[in-house]
Amino acid sequence: MHTAAGAQARLPIRSDMDLVWVRQHVRQAAAQIGFGLVDQTKLVTAASELARNTLVYGGGGTMETEPLAEGGTRGLRLTFSDEGPGIADLEQALSDGFTSGGGLGMGLGGARRLVHEFAIESNPGAGTTVRVTSWVGRAPRPREEI
Amino acid sequence: MSEAFPGPHAGPVTGHVPVLRLGEVLLVTLQGDLHDSTAQQLQQDLAETISRSGATGVIIDISGVEIVDSFLGRVLAEIAGQTELLAARTVLVGMRPAVAITLVELGLTLPGVHTALSTEVALDLLTRHAPSSHFGGLRQESP
Repeated sequence: MHTAAGAQARLPIRSDMDLVWVRQHVRQAAAQIGFGLVDQTKLVTAASELARNTLVYGGGGTMETEPLAEGGTRGLRLTFSDEGPGIADLEQALSDGFTSGGGLGMGLGGARRLVHEFAIESNPGAGTTVRVTSWVGRAPRPREEI
Repeated sequence: MSEAFPGPHAGPVTGHVPVLRLGEVLLVTLQGDLHDSTAQQLQQDLAETISRSGATGVIIDISGVEIVDSFLGRVLAEIAGQTELLAARTVLVGMRPAVAITLVELGLTLPGVHTALSTEVALDLLTRHAPSSHFGGLRQESP
C-alpha cells in the first residue's frame, strides 16, 4: 500500500461482501492518517452504517475516501453516493428510531454522532450523497449540536 | 500497513462460526470482520443448537471483534432475546473499549444483553445461577 495515495480511493458498494472491504479500507486509511484506535473505530463504524444505507436503500453505489490536510491538521473525508430513490424527508431519516428498512433506525443519526462533519444531499428519484469528515486529534462535537 | 489490522484475523469471515459445547454452555468466538450473512447464519445455528442440546447458557466472545455496527448489534441483541425464549441465557464477553465507546455514541446500548469481561466470569455467572434460580436473586446470594 502506498503512503499518501493509499488513502484516496473509490470503492464499489454492491454486496454485503463490499461492506467488509469498505470497513477494512477505511480502517487502513484512518490508521495511515494517524487516527487513534477509538477514532478509527468510530470512523469505521460510521462508514459501515453509511455503506449499508447505500446498499440497502440506495440499491448500491460507491464510497470515495479522500485524505485532507488543513492548517497542520489531518483528516479523512468519506463520500457515499447512490442513484437510488432518494430520501423524501431528511429530518425524519436523521432522527433516531426511524427506519424504512427493518433496521434499528440508528444508521444515519448514529453515523452523524460518530464524525465531526456530516452533510447529506438527497432528491427523490435522483439518489443520495452523504459526506462525512473527521479530523485527527479534534474533540468530538458537543452533544447539543447534534 | 500491518498496524491497520490490530486484530489476529484480518480476513473477512464467511460461512459458519463454530459453536463449541462445554457441558450446559455453548461457546462462540467471533473474530475479525464478520460478513452480514455469517452473523445471521450464527443466529440461526445457535437457536437450533440450543433447542437440540438443551444448553442453558451461551457465551459469545467478541474480544476479537473490531467493529460492532447497528447490524451486528441487532443480531447480538436478537440472539440474546431468542436464547431467553429457549430457556437459556446469553452473556457477551470481552467487548473492546473502543467498541463500547462507539456503540454508546451510536445509540446502541443493547438493553437486555448480559455482559462479562472474561469467559471465566461468564461461565461462573451461567453455571452458578442454574436455570432454577431467578435473575433478580443474582446479587443477593452470599459467597
